[in-house]
Amino acid sequence: MSFRMFRNTALLFCLAFLLCAAGRVAAQPHSGPGSALSIPQSALMQPAELNQMLQSGAAHKLVIFQVGSHMLFGEAHIPGSVYAGPAAEDAGLQQLRARVEKLDRGTAIVIYCGCCPWGHCPNIAPAYHLLHQMGFTHAKALYLANNFGTDWVNKGYPVAQ
Amino acid sequence: MRSRSLKPVVLALALLLLPGVVVAGRTQHAPQESLIGKKAPEITRTDLQGKHLDLASYRGKVILLNFWATWCGPCQVEMPVFADWQRRYGTRGLQIIGISMDDDVAPVRKTVSRLKINYPVAMGDDVLGRRYGGVLGLPLTYVIDRHGVVRGRFQGETEPKAIEKEILTLLGTPQSLPAAYSSMMSADPSGVSPGRR
Repeated sequence: MSFRMFRNTALLFCLAFLLCAAGRVAAQPHSGPGSALSIPQSALMQPAELNQMLQSGAAHKLVIFQVGSHMLFGEAHIPGSVYAGPAAEDAGLQQLRARVEKLDRGTAIVIYCGCCPWGHCPNIAPAYHLLHQMGFTHAKALYLANNFGTDWVNKGYPVAQ
Repeated sequence: MRSRSLKPVVLALALLLLPGVVVAGRTQHAPQESLIGKKAPEITRTDLQGKHLDLASYRGKVILLNFWATWCGPCQVEMPVFADWQRRYGTRGLQIIGISMDDDVAPVRKTVSRLKINYPVAMGDDVLGRRYGGVLGLPLTYVIDRHGVVRGRFQGETEPKAIEKEILTLLGTPQSLPAAYSSMMSADPSGVSPGRR
């Protein structure tokens, strides 16, 4: 094998490796500040816990916001929750800011999305960090590991349309 | 006299029952409905190219129906794979259809162009989502057989090979196609079978 052939083959292998790696990176959950993985464990609420609060009537003390797409909200949402807009977009964040601006900073807030698998959700982390920055001390993110359908609707928890 | 005395009672009962009726109509506790083994709900839309898209018009083909959105990372990983399948298996009878669950069409057009999507894409809505058992998490892909029956459902991050396996099974070999479809495909006005020409 000539040096040129060897070099071209090596280059092709490198290119193929880089393409595979790029594909894998794109498929990996994000881990930056905009990622759901950046929300501390202590700020997560499990679906069963929220359902329990809804059933017992304790949820009346909560303000619940859906921070995902309007289409998903229109299909199904947690009863009593308020649509705040997709927090991955500036308009959605501003809408959430406007909705909570006048609330006492100690208000118990739960935000949820469930558009995608948790690590890929583009909305939940920006919404949580905004509330945190605004000084809300009792803001929690509903931990929907897979999506709203699997982790809420299919569990038989209440849904409004 | 009697009816007059009953009026307040009826009114009170109606007021008491009304919220219950409203709640019963809007709040549910039922899991998402499974469509496996059932006829795929109809879809008639106008796609991004302005063409009429009617799911029923693809009867005879194996359909991969993909619900996606521009804000869904895993969706955009698998869409180029689907475009590749459309190229490779299209002649064997595969038709891929994309339904975007975005609220706005502008980012959808950009993404379809950027990813070089080669199959019809139309905008969805909450009514269509509910018809498909609730599109409450993306990506969501249905595989529909040549008779229009739903055979597979893949939600969330799915290994493409699992979907591909399902598709290849349904595409089958030409001999395993439905009889009516096979005879339609091999129909020859000359009456001479292709093998004997």
